[in-house]
Amino acid sequence: MPSETAVALNAAAAMDEVATGPASGIGFEGVTVAYRGAVALDALTLDIAPGEIMAIIGPSGCGKTTALRAVAGFVRPTMGRIRIGDRDVTDLPPHARDIGMVVQSYALFPHMRVAANVAFGLEARGLAAGLIRERVAACLHMVGMDHYASRLPRELSGGQQQRVAIARALAIRPRVLLLDEPLSALDAQIRQSMLDELARLHRELPHLTVLYVTHDQSEALTLADRIAIMRAGQLVAQGPSSRLYHEPPNRFAAEFLGRANLLPVEVAGIEGSVARLRVGEMIVSARVPQALDTARPRLLCIRPHALALHAEAHENHLCGVVREVSWHGERHSLALEVPGGVLRLSALPMRTPPAPGTMLAVHFYTDDATLIAEDDGG
Amino acid sequence: MGSVGSPVIARRGAVSGPDPGKQSGAAAGTGLLRRAAPRHDSLIGPLLVVPPLLLLAGVFYYPLGLIAQQSLTGDSGPVTLDAYATVLGGPLFQNALWHTIEIAVSATAGCLALAFTLAVILAFIPFPGARLAARLIDTVIALPTFLVALAFTFIYGSAGLLNAGLMDVLGTTQPPLDFLYSPWGVILAEITVYTPFILRPLLAAMSLIEPAQIEVASSLGAGTMRIVRKIILPAALPALLAGGSLCLLLTVNEFGVVFFIGAKGVITLPLLVYDKAIQEFDYTTACVIAVVNVALSLALFTLYRVLLRGLAGSRAGMV
Repeated sequence: MPSETAVALNAAAAMDEVATGPASGIGFEGVTVAYRGAVALDALTLDIAPGEIMAIIGPSGCGKTTALRAVAGFVRPTMGRIRIGDRDVTDLPPHARDIGMVVQSYALFPHMRVAANVAFGLEARGLAAGLIRERVAACLHMVGMDHYASRLPRELSGGQQQRVAIARALAIRPRVLLLDEPLSALDAQIRQSMLDELARLHRELPHLTVLYVTHDQSEALTLADRIAIMRAGQLVAQGPSSRLYHEPPNRFAAEFLGRANLLPVEVAGIEGSVARLRVGEMIVSARVPQALDTARPRLLCIRPHALALHAEAHENHLCGVVREVSWHGERHSLALEVPGGVLRLSALPMRTPPAPGTMLAVHFYTDDATLIAEDDGG
Repeated sequence: MGSVGSPVIARRGAVSGPDPGKQSGAAAGTGLLRRAAPRHDSLIGPLLVVPPLLLLAGVFYYPLGLIAQQSLTGDSGPVTLDAYATVLGGPLFQNALWHTIEIAVSATAGCLALAFTLAVILAFIPFPGARLAARLIDTVIALPTFLVALAFTFIYGSAGLLNAGLMDVLGTTQPPLDFLYSPWGVILAEITVYTPFILRPLLAAMSLIEPAQIEVASSLGAGTMRIVRKIILPAALPALLAGGSLCLLLTVNEFGVVFFIGAKGVITLPLLVYDKAIQEFDYTTACVIAVVNVALSLALFTLYRVLLRGLAGSRAGMV
C-alpha cells in the first residue's frame, strides 16, 4: 500500500505526463458533409493551431456540431479532408484518431464508478495497471474530483459529472480535445464556474488544442483564442475573439457575437482607416476595417456599452428620443430612437434615469465604432 | 390543476393523511367527501376480488389440487409418497428430467446469444429495413409453437427442402443433414420460437443506452467488441437475465415443439405426462410428473420475478 506522499508524487508525475502530451492542430480542408442530399457542412476550410482554443458558434442547425463530429469521425465527409497534426484522419475510425471528447449530456458510463470511467480509455489502450491508477488519480485531481473516485455517476451533480467527463477525455492524453456544448446542461452559476475551470485547465495544459462548439457567445468569448461563426453550414466569419468582437465583418457576425447596434449609413468620406458617416443629418466617424466589402450597403456597428450619455456636446454623437428605460440591477438599459433605427445603450445604474420621451445625446469613440457590410439577405 | 392533484391527495389522505376533522372550510368539505370514498372502497374492494378468485380456484387451483391429490393417493388409496419414490427413482423420469433441463438450458443459451446479437445489430447498426426486420422477428411470438416445428420438418426434415437440394447437388441417397430428429432439432426449433421473447426486452433496454456513450467510448479508443462487452452488455444485463428466465420457464414446459418434431428418444417432462396420461392411462404417474414439472416451473417463475424486480430497481436507480 503506497503512502499518501508517494501517491501524491505519482499523481503529480502523471499530471506532468498529461500536461506534456503531443500538440496537434486541426485542419478542415474544404470539408463538406451531406445527409441524404441535404448539405450540413458546406466546404469548410479552417485551421486550428496547436494549443489553440477555437470556438465554433452559430445558431441551431448551422453545422457546428457536424464539423466537430467530422473531426471525431462520427460523420464522414462527402468531400474534403480532415487533418489532426500532420495526419490525414479523414478515413480513420474514431478510435484511431487520438481525440478526447466531452458532450453536453456527459455520457458517463452509468454502471461504472468514477475511477473506472476515467480509466476506460486507458484500458482500451492496454496501458499497465499501475500507470492507469496513476493517470486516473492525476486526472481526477486535476478536475478536483479525487474524493469521488468510488462514486457512481448517478451519485454526482451535473457539474461533477462534467468534470469526470473532462478527466476521462484528458486521461488518454488526446492530441485534440473536442467539447460539444459541454456546459449547456448546467445551470448558470455552475456554468460560470465550469468555464473558469476550463480556462484554468487550458492554462495548465497549454499545448492542448481544443475545438469548442457552443451556441453561447459569452462562453466562446470567455474561453476561445479564436472564434469561427457559422450559418447554414457555411463559415461566415472567423478570427481572434477580440478582433471579431470589435470588428465584426458583417451583420450576422455582429449580431451573433454579442449585442450590436447596427444603423444604415451613407459614407461621406474615408480617410485612411477612418470613415465620415452620415446618419440622418448628423455626421459621425468610425473605423474602416481593411477587408470591408465596398460593394455592399454599409452599416455602423456600435456595441451598447460603447455608447455613453453626455451632457456636453461631443464630436462623435447621435441625438435621439428615449423610448424605453429598464433597470437590470447592475446596469440600466436605454432604447433611443435615432435616424435610421433604434440604439440600445447599456449604462451604469443611474440615480435619475431619463424619462421616456426625453431628447438625449449619446457619444462614442471612433475606435469603438466600425463600418461593416450588410449581409446577402440583409 | 385541482382536478389532477385532488385524487392524489385523496388517495394519500386515505392512507396516512391528517385527521379529517382538523380540516376546515370548503377545502375540508371537499376533502371529507373525497375521504369518504376510500372508506366505502375499503368495504367494496375486497369483495370485488372474490369473483375472480372463485373463478381462478374453480378452473385452475381445484384441478391442480386434484392432480396433487391423485399423485399422493393414487386412485383411492391413503396418502403416501410411494408413487413419488417409484417415479422419481425410475430411469424414464430421470431421462425425461435430464432431457428437459438439457433442452431448456441449451435453447435458452442459444436464445440469449441470438437475441443479443440481433438486438445489437438492430439497435446500433443502421441499415434499411431494420424496423421491418424487427417486426418480422416479433411476429414469431404470435405463431403457435408447433407451426415452427412443422415448418422445420419441411425445411430440415429428411425429405425437406434443404436435404432434397443437398442430395441433388451432392448426388447422395441419404440426407446429409440429419439433426432434426435429435435433441439439436428440438433445441434449434425452440431457439427460433423463443428468441423474440428475449429480443423484445433487449431492444427496449438498448434503446435506453445513450448513443453519445457509444461515441465517447469509441473516441476513447474502444473498438466494437470492447464497446459491446463494456458498455452495451452491462446495460442489457438485467433484460438478458429477465428474458432468459422467462425463456427457461417457457422451454421447460414446451410441449408442441417436442411433440411435433417427434425426435427419437427425446422425452421431456411434459411429453412424459402426455404419454403416461393419454397413451398409458397411468394417471398417478402422470400426476407425480406433473407436480414435479409445476414445482420446477414455479421455481423458475420465482427467479424470473426476482430478476424482474431487480431490473426495475436498477432502472429506478439510473434516474
